[in-house]
Amino acid sequence: MGENIFVDFTAWLRGLISGLGVPDLFNDIILMIVKLAAIIVFIALNATWLVYMERKICAYIQSRVGPRHHGPVGLLQPVFDVVKLMTKEIVLPKNVDLVVFLLAPVLIVVPPIVAYSVLPFGKDMVAIDMNIGLFFLVAVTSLSTIMFWMAGWASNNKYSLVGGMRVVAQMVSYELPLVLAMLGVVMITGTLNLSEVVNAQKNVWFIFAQPIAFLIYFIAGVAETNRPPFDLVEGESEIIAGPYTEYAGMGFAMFYGLAEFANMMVISAMCTVMFLGGWLAPFGLTFIPSWVWFFLKMYLVIFIFMWVRWTFPRIRVDQLMGFGWKVLVPLSLANIFITGTGMYIYRAIGW
Amino acid sequence: MADYRLPEELMEALKSKFPGMEVSERQDVTLPLDDLVPFMTEIKENPDYAMDFLTNLTCVDYPDYFEMVYNLVSFSHGYTLMVKTRIEDKENPEIPSLIPLWSGADWQEREVYDLLGIVFTGCPGHPTRIFLEENFKGHPLRKDFQWEGGREP
Amino acid sequence: MKTQTYYLNLGPQHPSTHGVFRIILELDGEVVVKATPVPGYLHRGIEKLAEARTYTQVIPYTDRMDYLAAMLMNWGYVEAVEKLMGIEVPERAEYIRVIVGELSRIASHMIATGAYGADIGALTAFTYTFRDREYVIDLLEMVSGSRMTFSYFRIGGVAADFPEEFYPAVKKLLDQIPAMCDEYDGLITGNEIFQARTKFVGIIPPEVAVDYSLSGPVLRGSGVNYDLRKVRPYSVYDRFDFEVPLGKNGDCWDRFRIRIEEMRQSKRIIEQALEQMPEGPVLGKVPKVIKPPVGDAYAEIESSKGVYGCYVVSDGSPKPYRVHFRRPSFINLGYLGKLLEGWKIADVIAILGSIDIVLGEVDC
Repeated sequence: MGENIFVDFTAWLRGLISGLGVPDLFNDIILMIVKLAAIIVFIALNATWLVYMERKICAYIQSRVGPRHHGPVGLLQPVFDVVKLMTKEIVLPKNVDLVVFLLAPVLIVVPPIVAYSVLPFGKDMVAIDMNIGLFFLVAVTSLSTIMFWMAGWASNNKYSLVGGMRVVAQMVSYELPLVLAMLGVVMITGTLNLSEVVNAQKNVWFIFAQPIAFLIYFIAGVAETNRPPFDLVEGESEIIAGPYTEYAGMGFAMFYGLAEFANMMVISAMCTVMFLGGWLAPFGLTFIPSWVWFFLKMYLVIFIFMWVRWTFPRIRVDQLMGFGWKVLVPLSLANIFITGTGMYIYRAIGW
Repeated sequence: MADYRLPEELMEALKSKFPGMEVSERQDVTLPLDDLVPFMTEIKENPDYAMDFLTNLTCVDYPDYFEMVYNLVSFSHGYTLMVKTRIEDKENPEIPSLIPLWSGADWQEREVYDLLGIVFTGCPGHPTRIFLEENFKGHPLRKDFQWEGGREP
Repeated sequence: MKTQTYYLNLGPQHPSTHGVFRIILELDGEVVVKATPVPGYLHRGIEKLAEARTYTQVIPYTDRMDYLAAMLMNWGYVEAVEKLMGIEVPERAEYIRVIVGELSRIASHMIATGAYGADIGALTAFTYTFRDREYVIDLLEMVSGSRMTFSYFRIGGVAADFPEEFYPAVKKLLDQIPAMCDEYDGLITGNEIFQARTKFVGIIPPEVAVDYSLSGPVLRGSGVNYDLRKVRPYSVYDRFDFEVPLGKNGDCWDRFRIRIEEMRQSKRIIEQALEQMPEGPVLGKVPKVIKPPVGDAYAEIESSKGVYGCYVVSDGSPKPYRVHFRRPSFINLGYLGKLLEGWKIADVIAILGSIDIVLGEVDC
């Protein structure tokens, strides 16, 4: 029940279009566009919901109530927020590098959108089942560094510049433990295809097989999404809002709302795929559709992200680098070593 | 109330060293301007007094003179002392700076310079204005300061 | 490769300068080479304004200095005028002053604690301390009718006695204060990242602290035992049993921790004061028109930020000839420029926050 609605819909659409006598190539292109549109709508809806969720969770952690006036329990608050931000003037400060300045908030949402094309949301629910999916995803998500740097550089503001510098330093250094942590999983599964990674977790989720890798991945993931305690990029008590300082209205919303939450979703979805068994149902509860399971797990991870955010103070930049290079990287290397040794022993005893 | 004043014998010793000083009933010391730095050095460096903490530094604009007021505390002995000195020159008031003795005098002297226009000598580049902007005319806490637009008293 | 330092203008509009304070930072990458603090954006000339008001009319102006501990600001001023006029304050009024003063201190330290958490990045700490501060402010409102600028003190006593409902309310609050402090400790103090950010950051050696006339938690954080309530007890502080928390290293961590400890000690003082409180009038014998004799007086109290002094000169008229306030925040900032050198931008915020300034008081 409901398990295959999206898959069936795609098949139906494909049949409908080819029934009209459209060649296969165009058929694929049309379907791709539909899938892309679906992904964009998905991101936009989720980001709006996440804004609300973040505000509510933050409020409860801070012993407040949070938004409650617009719509039932304040559910329409993000809609009002979006309308407000959209109607705001886009302020262009003097002496900014106009092209780069305006391009950065547009491009910032591209990497997460592209990344979603290889994410399996459920059984057979993946836009492109790429055999190097993991590799592709890591490569694409690391691109957002450039957009932050563009915004920081083009703003012609020293706070933005410092923020941009921090972004580059932070995201590049935490990319490494992030990838190395996932390498442990890849070694066990022997594949880079995300669907196959999920399928390999039928017996045991990798969070139990690779607990250290999971921890490293989670910490590095928080750093990759620039959320506290690694929100040095914004660091609103130090450098105002880092690269976003000069942005107003929708430009700010693209960075702060859309890109941040889209990135967070990618990281959480990856976490689900790599460590939490993806769409696989735990305890044999298969009557719940696989994509529901995927969302439940993803939102669990997102909730932990938010929980961490509203509890921890911010780390300092040198401590951040020290922690990344002196703790996480050696630890992930050790994890790879242990995994390799373990696999060798298992193979030797013929498991 | 406990007494935090200097004992009589210490006061006498100071009096013999600085004949120009006057001591009021409440033991406020008033000094001639020239004696200020030697006196301050003495009560800071001499372990009998050890006035190591400059609490307060301010200035009052009297009709005929400016009066600098220093409040000192000795942590080791618990003494407190109020030292006053008069600047007779109302046109170009100048007084040696006490920054060499207490660095805490820095900002307070800048405040006094800013609001009352007392020039502290002895430290190059000091004092500069601290609250008001650099090109502000006049020193507001002086009694003759007039500012157009202010409320009639 | 040739590198170059650059200037970063921190403030006057910046989320973490606790008001309109400005620091011009010369930075080498993220490291501060030189820091020049620039106060004065909130300078209202209270000292000048006071010269055109009667002695009683000055009291509301003192509220506007350290508006987070306005009771204590009242106190310093009325104490100086009382010293000048030789007014005896009734005992009950002294006890009331101690109680509201310590409540004000608790409220001020709560803000310092929460705002420091927010400076370090833990915004949640801010809401918790502000939630608890509301209870304290409710009490002070009950007493004075105002929530922030109380103007509750009068020359010779206080404006009114405590209302009946104050006593159960304050007891209830006092019972909660240890739990509140434990909550802050759990949320902020115990956090590993918080400790990493504050320990051994912005160290002020004791001799430097004394040299720069620092006072309050900043001085005691460096291990110098100088709390006016203990060393030169004013009012009735000599009748209470309390401890003065001291720091060891003089770093941000010590300065922060001392404030939480002081809240606990304030609770002890209030409890004892409530127990010992005698009956009687709350306003001494004060002439209708306050006309102090010609002369001057300097009085000091221990405010939540440090030694708060007030120097009053009278020329025999109903208006003060000159009023000078020794504001602890202002003087504590004197060392900031030197202290910041060699630390990173993030530490600048941590150090500034640990000094706990209120700009109304700095600029006066």
